[in-house]
Amino acid sequence: MDDAAKQAFNQGNLRANAAYAAAKRNLTIDPVTRLEGHGKIDIYLDNQGDVERAYFQVPELRGFEVFSLGRPAEDMPQITSRICGVCPTAHHMAATKALDALYQIEPTPAGRKIRELVYHTFMLEDHALHVFILGGPDFIVGPEAPPAERNIVGVIGKVGIDAGKRVIATRRRLRELIAYFGGKVVHPVLGQPGGVSKALKKEDLPKFQELAQDAVGFAEWTLQVFRQIVLGNPEYVKLITSDAYTHKTCYMGMVDEQNRVSFYDGMLRVVDCEGREVCKFAPKDYRQYIAEHVEPWSYMKFTFLKQRGWQEFVEGPQTGIYAVGPLARLNAADGMATPRAQAAYAQFFQTLGGRPVHHTLANHWARVIEMLQAAERIVELTNDPEITSPEVRRIPTATPAEGMGVVEAPRGTLFHHYQTDSRGLITMANMVVATGNNAARIAMSVEKAAKGLIKGGHVSAGLLNKIEMAFRAYDPCLGCATHTLPGHTPLMVSIFDHHHLLLRELSQE
Amino acid sequence: MHNETPPPAGNGSWTPRIVAFFCNWCTYTAADLAGVSRMKYAANTRTIRVMCSGRIDPQFIVEAFAKGADGVLIGGCHPNDCHYAEGNYKMLRRFALLKRLLKDLGIAEARLRLEWISAAEGEKVKSVINDMVAKLTVLGPLDVPGKVADWDRELSQLVAAADAAPVEHEVIHA
Amino acid sequence: MPKPKVAFYWCASCGGCEETVVDLAEDILAVVEKVDIVLWPVAMDFKYQDVEAMADQSIFATLLNGAIRSTEQEAMARLLRRKSRYLIAYGSCACTGGIPGLANQFPREQILQFNYEEAPTVVNEKKIRPQLVFEDQGRRPHLPELHQVVRALDQVVDVDYYIPGCPPTPKITKAAVSALLDGRLPPKGAVLAPDIALCEECPRRDSKPADLSFTGFKRTHQKLLDPQLCLLAQGVVCMGPATRQGCGAQCPSGNMPCTGCFGGTDRVKDQGAKMLSSLCANLTAKDENEIDQALEGIPDPVGTFYRYGLAKSLLRRKVDLPSGNGK
Repeated sequence: MDDAAKQAFNQGNLRANAAYAAAKRNLTIDPVTRLEGHGKIDIYLDNQGDVERAYFQVPELRGFEVFSLGRPAEDMPQITSRICGVCPTAHHMAATKALDALYQIEPTPAGRKIRELVYHTFMLEDHALHVFILGGPDFIVGPEAPPAERNIVGVIGKVGIDAGKRVIATRRRLRELIAYFGGKVVHPVLGQPGGVSKALKKEDLPKFQELAQDAVGFAEWTLQVFRQIVLGNPEYVKLITSDAYTHKTCYMGMVDEQNRVSFYDGMLRVVDCEGREVCKFAPKDYRQYIAEHVEPWSYMKFTFLKQRGWQEFVEGPQTGIYAVGPLARLNAADGMATPRAQAAYAQFFQTLGGRPVHHTLANHWARVIEMLQAAERIVELTNDPEITSPEVRRIPTATPAEGMGVVEAPRGTLFHHYQTDSRGLITMANMVVATGNNAARIAMSVEKAAKGLIKGGHVSAGLLNKIEMAFRAYDPCLGCATHTLPGHTPLMVSIFDHHHLLLRELSQE
Repeated sequence: MHNETPPPAGNGSWTPRIVAFFCNWCTYTAADLAGVSRMKYAANTRTIRVMCSGRIDPQFIVEAFAKGADGVLIGGCHPNDCHYAEGNYKMLRRFALLKRLLKDLGIAEARLRLEWISAAEGEKVKSVINDMVAKLTVLGPLDVPGKVADWDRELSQLVAAADAAPVEHEVIHA
Repeated sequence: MPKPKVAFYWCASCGGCEETVVDLAEDILAVVEKVDIVLWPVAMDFKYQDVEAMADQSIFATLLNGAIRSTEQEAMARLLRRKSRYLIAYGSCACTGGIPGLANQFPREQILQFNYEEAPTVVNEKKIRPQLVFEDQGRRPHLPELHQVVRALDQVVDVDYYIPGCPPTPKITKAAVSALLDGRLPPKGAVLAPDIALCEECPRRDSKPADLSFTGFKRTHQKLLDPQLCLLAQGVVCMGPATRQGCGAQCPSGNMPCTGCFGGTDRVKDQGAKMLSSLCANLTAKDENEIDQALEGIPDPVGTFYRYGLAKSLLRRKVDLPSGNGK
C-alpha cells in the first residue's frame, strides 16, 4: 500500500475507532448524595469495557489548619467544630482535650462525666442519623429501589410512620440534651480546658434519666430492625459478604485499659488483617505511627502506617493501609465496654466468621452495635450521683505550649494537635480526621466495587448506586476530610473508555 | 518633621489621599488657624469636622480605607483638655485596638495616625500633614477598591474558563 | 394547585445548616407535605439535568448555604439564581462568608503548602501537589480550581433574603419558610430575623449594667463564669450588643458568650468595627500603657470581631494578599 493510501487508511481507522469509542459509555454519578461533603469518582475502562482504574477524588479543601493560626487556643473547640456540622461535637471534644493537654490540666470529675455524657449522646444520635437517613436507606429500602424512595421518606414507608416518628423524636430528645450543656446542638460551646462551661441542675436530671432508658430501648429496636430487614434478607447478606465490598487492611480504634471499645478516651490500637496487634500507642505519639501521603488527583490526603511505609493502594498482611470507624473499632478491640453491646458484638463475629471482619458494608451493623454501647453509657452516667456536682471546671495556670486531643468520632479516629506561643495563641494546628484515616481504603473500595460490578462496558444506574454504597458505608464526612479550603463538586462518577475519552454522562436517578 | 511642601495632586502622578477627622474644638480650629496664617502644607487631606474625636466611630475609619483612602489622620484635643471631658480617651482606646486590627488586615501602621493638636497649634497641623504625606508617598497607594476589583476578576475568569471548555456528552436517563 | 417547589443546596459548607433543616424534626414531615422538594443532596438523590431543564424561576424558593469558593459553587449559585424566584442566603457562610471566611486573612498558597508539605504528619519528599489536571498513563483525572478569595453568596449573585446564624435555628427557619409560603414577605434584601441586638432577648439582660466599664478583659478559659450574670459585666468579650437576635441567646444559655454568628443589625455597616468601638469606649484606662494592658485580653481582634463576617466586612480580606491574576 502506498503512503497516501496508508495515511488515508490510518485516518479512517482513527475516525472509526473514535466513533466506536464514542459508542462506549462514560458514567457520571452526579452528584453523589446522602453523605456529608463532596466527592468525585473517575472510572477508566479498558478495551474490553472492564475497569482499568478508578480514582476517588475529593475536590475540596478548606484551610482550617492555616486560618487557625494566631487564634486563641480556647476558641479552637468552637472554630474547629465548623469543620463539620454533622459531627461538630467530635471536633469540639478533640479540641477540648487538646486544651487540657496544652494547659496540663485534667477536667474535674464532674466535668469529665458531663463531657462523656454529651459525647455518648452525640455518638448515639449521629449513628442514628446515618442508619436511618444517610447510608441506611440503601438497605432498609433497597439498593435497587427507585431514587425517590431511597431516603428517610422511603424508610418511613418501609418501617411505618410511627417507627419513623420514633426515630425523629428520639433524635430530637438526644439533641436537646446536647443543647442543654452546649447551648446549641450544632456547634456546641461547652468545651473548656479543665472541664465544661455548665453544670447539670438536680431538678433537670430525671428527664435525662428517662431519656437514657428510652435510648437503650431505641438502640435495641434499631438492632432488631436491622436484623429483620437487612440480616433477614439473603440478597443483602450476599451483598454484604461479596468480594466486591471486601478488603484485607489493618484496623485502628481507641480502646480502654481492657482493650474494649472506647469513644472518649484511651490508647490507640492497630490490628493487621489477621487480627494480630501491630501496635498500641498513646495519642501524643501519633506522629511515630501514622503519616499522610499526597496524590496529585485528590485534595484529600491518604493516611498509612508510618512504620510500614506507603506501598500504594494494596491490601494483605503487609499493607500499611488501615481503616477506622465502627467496623475497625470492633476489629481492633477485644470486646465492647457495656453488656448488651458486648452480646451483640459476640453475635456479630460469630455470624461473620470471627475477628477481623473485612466486609466494608458490615460497618452498618457495627454502627448499630455501637449505638447500644453509647446508650448504655448514657444510663451509667445519668445514674452517677457526681453528674450533678457544681464543680464542673477548674482554671488552668500553666503556660501553654503543645497539646493533643484524640477521640473516636462516629466515623473514626480524630486527631487534633496544637502548638501555641506563651499567650496561648495557635502557632501550629494539625488535624487528622476520621475520613482522612479511611481515605486510602475508600479509594480501594470504590475501585474494587467498580471492577466487580462493571464488566464489558455494561453499566446501569443501580450499579452506580452500588458503587456509591461502597463509599457510603464509611459514612464519609468529606467536610472533615478536607478541612483546608472550601471547594465543592458533588460526587461525580465519570467513566472513560480505553481511549480515555469522556463520552457519556449517566445521571444518577 | 518635614517642612517641605509636597507638590499638589495633579499632572498624572499619584499622591496620597488622606481622610482627616478633626475635632471641632481643637484640631479643626488649629487647621483654620493654619489657613488664616497662610501656612502652606500639602493639599492631600479631605477634612471631616466632628464635634469630638470620641465621636469617631471606627466604622468611619475602616470605611475610609475601604473607599480608597491611603491614610487616615485623626486630630483631637490633648488629654485632659477634651471639651466633653473624656471623649478623646475613647478615641485613644479605640485607636489602640484598631491599629492592631488593621495591621492584621494588612494595613501598615503609618497609615492610621492619631495626634493631639490644640487650637493654637496651627504649625503642628502643617508639620503632621506634611510628615504623613511624605511617609505615605514612600509606602505607596493602598487603593483597596482597586485591589477588590482585581480580586473579583477571578470570578469572571474562572467562569470564562469553564465556559470555554464544553464537554460533549450524551445523557442517559436511568 | 401544585405544591410550590423548594430546593436546599450547599456550597462550601460544613453541613450544619442541613442538620438544622433535619432538626425541624417532626415539623419536617409537615414541610414535606406542603412543598415539593426538588433538590436536597444530603438527604435525597436527584439529577442536575432536571434542575437545568426546569423553567427559569420555576423553583419557588432555594435556600442555599455555604460560602462560595470554587467554580462549581459559583456555577451552581448562578444556575439556582436563574431557576429560583427567591434565592435565600441560608446561614452565616452564605450571608457573610462564615468561619471559612477567616481564610481571607491568609494566602491560598500558604494553605496548600501547609497541607501538602509542612504538616507534621505529611510524608511528601517529592512535594507532590494536587493538580488541576493529572496525566497518568494517558488518563487525565481533573480537579476544580479554588478561588483565592472566599465570598458570601451576594458577592456572586443577587440575593433576595437572608437567614442568618451558624447555624440558623429551626425556629427562624420555620418562621421564614412559613412567611414565604404565605406570601408575607418583607422588602427584598431583608434579613429574616428581628432587627434588634441580642442583649434584648438574653435572659441575663437584667444584670447588664447601664454603664458598662472594663478594667480589662478576661479570656473565657481564665475565669469561672456565673451562669446568671451578664457576660460583659463579668469582663469577657460577648458580641451580644453588636449582634442581631433571633437565636434565643443559645450560647449564653450554654454559659459562654455570644460570638456574633447572626451578624450585625441593619444599622451596622461593619460588625467588627462596631463591637471594637463599644468595648474600647468603655475601658477605664487612660494612658497608653494601661490601655494596651487592658486590651491584652483581646489578642486576636480579627478572629474575635470578624469570626463569621470577614468576607463581608468593609475590607473583606487582608489587603496585601495576592489576587492570583497575571500568574
